[in-house]
Amino acid sequence: MHRVKVRVVEDALDANNTIARANRDDFDRHDVTVVNLMSAPGAGKTTLLERVLGGLGDVRAGVLEGDVQGSYDADRLASLHVPVTQLNTDNGFGGECHLDANMVRSALPALPLGEIDLLVIENVGNLVCPAEFHVGEDARIMVSSVTEGEDKPLKYPLMFRTCELVLVNKIDLLPHLEFDMERFLHHLEAVHPGVPRMLVSARTGEGIDAFRDWLLELPARREVPA
Amino acid sequence: MHELSVSSAVLDTVLKHAAGRRVTVVSLRIGHLRQVVPDSLAFYFELVARESLCEGARLEQEYIPAVLRCEACDREWDPEDAWFACTGCGGAGDVIAGNELEVESIEVEEAACTA
Repeated sequence: MHRVKVRVVEDALDANNTIARANRDDFDRHDVTVVNLMSAPGAGKTTLLERVLGGLGDVRAGVLEGDVQGSYDADRLASLHVPVTQLNTDNGFGGECHLDANMVRSALPALPLGEIDLLVIENVGNLVCPAEFHVGEDARIMVSSVTEGEDKPLKYPLMFRTCELVLVNKIDLLPHLEFDMERFLHHLEAVHPGVPRMLVSARTGEGIDAFRDWLLELPARREVPA
Repeated sequence: MHELSVSSAVLDTVLKHAAGRRVTVVSLRIGHLRQVVPDSLAFYFELVARESLCEGARLEQEYIPAVLRCEACDREWDPEDAWFACTGCGGAGDVIAGNELEVESIEVEEAACTA
C-alpha cells in the first residue's frame, strides 16, 4: 500500500446543489413558483401561512411542511383547504434539523405540482443549517420575530444574507418589549444592505396584505432572468 | 448541529472522490463566514466517518478569513462582527473570500504497483 494525494477542490455542498437544480427543473416544468420559508422555532411561520394562504385569489397554493416529527403544523393548515404535504426529517433522514434538496426531492411524488401555482416549503425551525441547503426554491423568506431580540442579524448573518425578504413578525407585542426596531433594522442593513423587509403581525393581520402582494408578484419577478 | 450537517456533506464529497479507496487524510478550506467551529467539525466528522472508508482519517482544516470588497469604491475590509456595509462609503460589500466550504484534497491508500 502507498498513499496518494488526490486533488478534489469541490464545494462540499455541490451534491446538494445539483439535486436542488433538478428540483428546480421539475418545479419549472410545472410552472410552480417555490418559496423556502425559514426562521427560528416559534417565530410564527405557520401562523403567517394561516393568515396569508386564504386570500390568494386565483393563485393555487400548496405547502410542504418540514418538521423533525409530527404533523401538528400540517393539521393546523388543513382547514385552509390547500394541499399540505408533510415531510418529517426523522423518517429516514436521521432527524435532521433542516430540509435539504434530497429530502424535498423524496417528497416530490407526493406533491400535486400540476394543481398548484405556488409552493411554500416551511423549513424546520432553525437559524443555522437551513441557510446552507438550497432545495430548489425561487425565493427565500426569513421570519424574525421581535421576541428574538435585535441582535439576530449579527449572530446569524448567513441566514439573513441568503434571503430575498425578511418578515419582522409579532409587532403587536412591541409595546410590551424593549425591542429596538431601529437597531434591528440597522443590524439587518449591515449584513444584507437593501434587502426588502416588512413589519407584520400574524396575530392581528397588520402588514399581511403587503406580504400577500409580494407573494402574488413573485411569479412575474421570477421570469426575469437573474 | 450545524457541524453535523456540514460533516455529512463533506463525507459524501470525499467518498465520491475516494472511489472505493481507503482515505487517510481529508483537507478542507473553510471560510470564516460558514461559522464552523473546528473542534466541533472534527468531532462530528469522526462520528459520521465511522464504518466508512473515511474511518480514522485525519481532518485538516484551513481557515480562510473573510474579505469583502465594496462594489462602489473597491475598498477591501474584514467584516468584523459581520458588518457588510463598506467602512469607507457605506456601499454594499461583495464577499470575495470567507464563503469557502471546500474539500481541497484527500489522501488515499492504493495498492503498490506490481507490474
